[in-house]
Amino acid sequence: MEQITNLLAITLGAVLANNFIFSQFLGICPFLGVSKKVDTAVGMGVAVTFVMGLASAITWLVNLLLVQLGLEYMQTVAFILVIASLVQFIEMFLQKAMPTLYTALGVYLPLITTNCAVLGVALLNIQNNYNFIESVVYGITGGLGFLLAIVLFASIRERLVFAEYPKAFEGFPIALITAGLMALAFMGFSGLKIW
Amino acid sequence: MNLKKQFMDGLLYQNPVLVQVLGMCSTMAITTSFFNGLGMGLAVTVILTLSNIIISAIRKIVPDKIRIAMFIVVIAGFVTMVDLFLQAFVPALAESLGVFIPLIVVNCIILGRAEAFSYKNGVVASFFDGVFQGIGYTLVLLAMCIIRELLGAGTFGGGLLAGGKGIQIIPSQFPAGMLTLPVGGFLVLGCLIAAMQWALSKSKK
Repeated sequence: MEQITNLLAITLGAVLANNFIFSQFLGICPFLGVSKKVDTAVGMGVAVTFVMGLASAITWLVNLLLVQLGLEYMQTVAFILVIASLVQFIEMFLQKAMPTLYTALGVYLPLITTNCAVLGVALLNIQNNYNFIESVVYGITGGLGFLLAIVLFASIRERLVFAEYPKAFEGFPIALITAGLMALAFMGFSGLKIW
Repeated sequence: MNLKKQFMDGLLYQNPVLVQVLGMCSTMAITTSFFNGLGMGLAVTVILTLSNIIISAIRKIVPDKIRIAMFIVVIAGFVTMVDLFLQAFVPALAESLGVFIPLIVVNCIILGRAEAFSYKNGVVASFFDGVFQGIGYTLVLLAMCIIRELLGAGTFGGGLLAGGKGIQIIPSQFPAGMLTLPVGGFLVLGCLIAAMQWALSKSKK
């Protein structure tokens, strides 16, 4: 029972209160880069969720191995290599098994390697001393938080095209201001931090 | 090689944060006090310069297809070195930057410069590119820190001056605490980039 409450707390935290984008600043680059259309935003969000879940599981096991060997200082190098090869592997798998999804994701798939949310979740799992199940849950729900944020943001941005604002704010500045206002809204969830 | 052009590009016309819009995560996340911004800026400058040198030195023997993987390994190596160095000699900084030091690996500035500059240019030019782009990044971080700290907490030089608290400039009941929260990061950076776009469009005319 305690385990379940704990997992629930992690879920709420990762999706709302400690949202990866709005409160931890992880994964901003794809968040700004791939949010011009809702469809691509959904694709990116789903892909990131999948990679984050899988990467959490594998890096947790890799860390176990590193601790056994006394090589904790190799953490960063090992993790980024695991993530890079994982993304490559998923790319090859999708190309063979699900070509439609593969073409839909296109260039965004390899870009996930340099998404700091993925490496971030792997490092945070270790920092927070999560066990295997907690790590996987944190990875997946963190990805869902990213998905929520990027889809909401993309739908606002689609409407921004018709808005009037000073010319200097065109492009990234207005996107950042919008994201700032969304972050303000997400701060309302900070009461949900149970632990 | 054109030193002056590289210098101006790094600081202004091709500023990594304000113009190329790279490395946003760290820019917004850690710019809450002067000390953090300075530390992060220096760490990234050092890593960027070193990895630029190495990547430019090995660029002729690295096959095109695996270059990204090679870049990441080189960068991750330097990041680990800097991480261990900071933990050993500046533990306060290592603690306040936390997970964002290992995350320098995926900071797009470093990978971006490797791909766009040092993979195509000589060692010396790459060295200067690293230094200048690093300084450009550091300056933006410091500007963000100063604005957010002054308006958000009313202090200057937090973590460094006056025993870590910083010098109180605006009395403590007035500042808008929101600016030191994540919201402030987005808003301040948005305004800075807007100001930059405005200035660049002016100077073109």
